[in-house]
Amino acid sequence: MIYFDYASTTPLNQEVLSAYTKLLQQVYANADSLHAPGREAQRLMEKSRAQIAQLLSVKADEILFTSCASEANSTAIKGFALANRHRGNHIITTCVEHSSVLKAFAQLEAEFGFKIDYLPVTKKGIVNAERLHQLLNKDTILVSLMYVNNETGAVNPVIELCEYIHQHSRAMVHVDCVQALGKLSIPLSCIDMATFSAHKIYGLKGSAFLYKQRNIKLLPLINGGQQEQGIRGGTSNAPANIVLAKTLRLALEKQDEHYAYVRSLRDDLCAKLQAMENVQIHSNDLCVPHIVNASFLNVGSEIMLNALDERGFCVSAQSTCSSRSKAHSYVLAAMGLGEHIATHSIRISLSHLTTADEVNQLIQALKEINHDYGTE
Amino acid sequence: MIMEPNKTIVYDHILVRYGELSTKGKNKKDFIKRLLTNVKNALRDFEKLSYERTHDRLYILLNGEDAQAVAEILRHVFGISSFSFAIRIPSDITSMIETGLQVAKNAEGTTFKIETRRSDKRFAMISDEVNRAVASEILRNTEWKVNVKQPDLRIQIEIHEQFTYVMTGRMQGAGGYPVGVGGKAVVMLSGGIDSPVAAYLTMKRGVALECIHYASPPYTSARAQEKVIELARLVSRYQGHLRVHIVPFTELQLAIYQNCDESYAITIMRRMMYRIAERIANQCHALAIVNGESIGQVASQTLESMGVINEVTKMPVVRPVATMDKIEIINLARKISTYETSILPFEDCCTIFTPKNPVTKPTLAKALKMESRFDFSDLLDQCVENVTTMDVYPKSEDQADEDLF
Repeated sequence: MIYFDYASTTPLNQEVLSAYTKLLQQVYANADSLHAPGREAQRLMEKSRAQIAQLLSVKADEILFTSCASEANSTAIKGFALANRHRGNHIITTCVEHSSVLKAFAQLEAEFGFKIDYLPVTKKGIVNAERLHQLLNKDTILVSLMYVNNETGAVNPVIELCEYIHQHSRAMVHVDCVQALGKLSIPLSCIDMATFSAHKIYGLKGSAFLYKQRNIKLLPLINGGQQEQGIRGGTSNAPANIVLAKTLRLALEKQDEHYAYVRSLRDDLCAKLQAMENVQIHSNDLCVPHIVNASFLNVGSEIMLNALDERGFCVSAQSTCSSRSKAHSYVLAAMGLGEHIATHSIRISLSHLTTADEVNQLIQALKEINHDYGTE
Repeated sequence: MIMEPNKTIVYDHILVRYGELSTKGKNKKDFIKRLLTNVKNALRDFEKLSYERTHDRLYILLNGEDAQAVAEILRHVFGISSFSFAIRIPSDITSMIETGLQVAKNAEGTTFKIETRRSDKRFAMISDEVNRAVASEILRNTEWKVNVKQPDLRIQIEIHEQFTYVMTGRMQGAGGYPVGVGGKAVVMLSGGIDSPVAAYLTMKRGVALECIHYASPPYTSARAQEKVIELARLVSRYQGHLRVHIVPFTELQLAIYQNCDESYAITIMRRMMYRIAERIANQCHALAIVNGESIGQVASQTLESMGVINEVTKMPVVRPVATMDKIEIINLARKISTYETSILPFEDCCTIFTPKNPVTKPTLAKALKMESRFDFSDLLDQCVENVTTMDVYPKSEDQADEDLF
């Protein structure tokens, strides 16, 4: 089996695993219990929170642990919109967001009467800044956009956009940083809320966190105890939350080194793809090198996926979270690439664990499939 | 001086300017010695640092350590009026001109001023001539303009006999006297907002402290005690480390409630606390008792109460926050970042068994009468004998959980 689906999730770092195993065995007390083991769990969890905050240059009480990035997105978006209705009912997002963002907004629109505007993206897959200028108004309370697109790897000019939004409106900005973490530096000083996930950076599934600037009020979606400042009830997942600090530290320590290596892999992969017939690459130099999105014009996404799977290669056709629906990439469609391209694309995602030899094997397999199943 | 290939300036020294001690005549030498000890102690984790001391400056040689990280610690050391990152160069005019130019090229802004100070008066040029020489070179080679009133960039040049130091910027030190030059005292640390501030202010005047905390388990929780230790840790940054004495107070406190009128319970309790504090102070050679009492804040802090309570000891009782408003105390607590910990809601000795109507104007005669109903001396002895003592350091992190992070 050769894995090219690191944008879906990553294997667990062994150092994280050993720390986590130790925690599971030793730190089982409820972090809100008043006895000594409970206080120890609490202390370790707060130490983790402080370390995460320090790694991202924010304050410890601005980090909220959640069970997944989708929960963090929902907490930020629905929690913010519902707690700030008095300030306005207009929200802006983009049409290439992750489903957890788009569906949260769809619900706000359908059930709660918010007005949602969807920003189009350019051919390169990034936010069309001019449209943003037109859409911002005094009722806009929130703009939510992603840093790095999960299908194409396209990088939005987050600093520029955030600064513009803050200068020209009262809106807060939420940024989905899930695919950016461990790859790009995260400019939290100009962001109001941001979502991060552990399992994209060689950490645990079921572990994520939301950065929320101190003065922002959120309506809790999960009601319960005093955990996470009362914004997220439910017994704390102390072992996962504790080991998240280590996960993040390890990812950030090697970020630059890994980035350079993956870029060299990407350049190699793209050069070889380009040399093939009937292939169109949608990722460009401005994208993170970890994601290469390409369409094989003669082989449908689903067929390509099945054929690769048969040969032992793991890739995705679109966002993994939407993989049960028909193979059609709304991201590529939004980039104006047309129906054919959008139904014939695959996403190859790379990691520092990928080897040059694996890339060569993939290219070989793609060539065979293209030859065997290609339809004119 | 190190010039890296890309010509960015690397500051290799920190120049420390002494605080108030320059006014202290004969004692000056002791003050400087103590400051050096305290600075070394505070920076003990930075192993590569070395130090040079002169009569008016302390130089810390970074030897590759991170200047910003050192500065963060240095900010908390009392006895320092200010400090600057500095580059050390030979005392010749060519080096000064060259370094001044590099500094200007690496800085941002439009206007500058050169401020030369000539400690070695035998240097061939007077300060103003050096100013002009360095400024001319900058004017010739860059877009910078001179502004002597409100420059964006101040380049300070200090000429000494052997070396010259070139600096920009000046960071505020913590002020005060080096901790330890003023002797030692004990501070009664309750866990509230006021006592850590009192401890901070006392240390600032150069007095070294040890803490006393009264614990009444199980009426007070282990969490309350952890909170006090965390407060001690926060305050310990100002003197390197802090010794905490924890007094087991439960039985004595219960005896007070059983034998004295409810309205006088707090008064008698405070008298017992002072007695214990005095005995611990004597044991550790401390010369005074410090606490966070503020006039009129609660029943036991009226002048009448203070009089009756203070009567048990002849030792000076220092109340640094006596005349401050609560808001002023809170602002200081925020400044030394103890506030957030202080407001954690745990019971302490003074909040359990709170009488409904505590007396605000107690009389000594009544207090003495109530104390005579029971012989507290054995319980007092036990309190002092069974004290547990621990040392708290600014970095509390025990190494045991390192592998988890």
